[in-house]
Amino acid sequence: MRPLSFLDRDRTVAGAGFSRWMVPPAALCIHLCIGQVYAFSVFNLPMTRLLGITAAAPGDWRLTELGWIFTLAIFFLGVSAAVLGRWVEEGGPRRAMFAAALCFGGGFLVAAAGVHLHDIWVVYFGYGVLGGIGLGLGYISPVSTLIKWFPDRPGMATGMAIMGFGGGALIASPLSVWLMGRFSTPEHVGVAETFVVLGIVYFIFMMVGAAIVRVPAPGWRPAHWTPPVQQPKLVTSANVHVYRALRTPQFWLIWWVLCLNVTAGIGVLGQASAMSQEMFPGKVSALAAAGFVGLMSLFNMAGRFLWASASDLIGRKSTYFCFFVLGTVLYALVPTTGATGSVGLFVLCFLIIISMYGGGFATVPAYLKDMFGTRYVGAIHGWLITAWSAAGVFGPVLVNYLRAYEVARGVPKADAYNLTMYLMALLLVAGFFCNLFIRPVHERHHMPVARGDATLLVQ
Amino acid sequence: MSAGATSSRGAGGTRTLHLVLAWSFVGLPLLWGVLQTLRNALKLFR
Repeated sequence: MRPLSFLDRDRTVAGAGFSRWMVPPAALCIHLCIGQVYAFSVFNLPMTRLLGITAAAPGDWRLTELGWIFTLAIFFLGVSAAVLGRWVEEGGPRRAMFAAALCFGGGFLVAAAGVHLHDIWVVYFGYGVLGGIGLGLGYISPVSTLIKWFPDRPGMATGMAIMGFGGGALIASPLSVWLMGRFSTPEHVGVAETFVVLGIVYFIFMMVGAAIVRVPAPGWRPAHWTPPVQQPKLVTSANVHVYRALRTPQFWLIWWVLCLNVTAGIGVLGQASAMSQEMFPGKVSALAAAGFVGLMSLFNMAGRFLWASASDLIGRKSTYFCFFVLGTVLYALVPTTGATGSVGLFVLCFLIIISMYGGGFATVPAYLKDMFGTRYVGAIHGWLITAWSAAGVFGPVLVNYLRAYEVARGVPKADAYNLTMYLMALLLVAGFFCNLFIRPVHERHHMPVARGDATLLVQ
Repeated sequence: MSAGATSSRGAGGTRTLHLVLAWSFVGLPLLWGVLQTLRNALKLFR
């Protein structure tokens, strides 16, 4: 027997009586771990004083150098999801989860060595490159499996997993702070030890997911469910090959839908604390702003599950219409909340906006499944993740530079975000039209149905 | 294969205990994280 043959797809086919409700926890094992990336900033300040301990000393790393760790990780997340998506799809979820655990857990260990040696390039390679590849593999690994297990509720199923990505930061942030506190001494900042513990814990946690994940047997379908005879117009029962999908306008329209929705959300997500304090001087303290950011994380996570579940009822296209229409109205309302000093309305606007930001991530795999079928949905999703990488650049740049431009023009700080809010609303209007133009994929792009493949179509 | 099988507990089947363990394994850390965040958020808004 080949070593590691237990990772093969055919070794993960579920036996009779396997409950599909075991699969979401398997997916969550992965996403709760890799969601740690959103909490990486808790290491930034401690890593600026590895030599000086209480304060930065000559030779200590600067924040600008450390910022590249997160940027590299997100970049390699996008690249690996796109390039390795087909390998993930064809090799099965267990192999991908195993590789993700090795890369993500191993990345932490390499980064720990980098911190210990005080070599930033080793940290870049460890967390940025290796960890980033683990992020990409882990992010897409359970998606198509969940869709196949839950053909009746694909939005809810992928929403559950992607909710885990939002929830991962909620766990990682206090856990990392607690671990650093345990390992720190008056002569030493406990970052390297924290990385080692996190690397081992995340590896084990992700391996549990790899062990319990299963793919459904060919022809399996949920009890009491039959595929609808008359599918909604935008839902196909055919399959489109990943490379064929990239040549369809539908793929690129959905790419822009995701990119614009994420750009609008990600820009304010990073600036929420500063924005709330500057728009309401004297009313929102730094501590209250931190609480506001915490609430935003919760709504980001909850929105992933709730909006994606709702999309099973109202349809994917309608769900994105909600994001774009409601988002436009709310962004346009934000300057008014500042002008009237209504902190409560401001908070409410952003909590709804950020729930739709998370919802956009969680609903898109089911949108792809509707348009391109289940066969290569994981690989197609991998390519779509590049929209996130692009938005990760556009969003913060737009918010930061527009604010700086307004302040330089002499606009008071409290009003400096107004132009940005209107621009975000405009981006969402553009997203509305991209979504509007999405039509079913032409039959010429469909894969031929081979004998024996027919069963796949009902999954 | 019909899915009526999903509720059975034959060889390779899923016991309720497996489901409880699997969901607890991911649910408890998530709940802890949510409570920590909520606690901080509410404390700071007081």
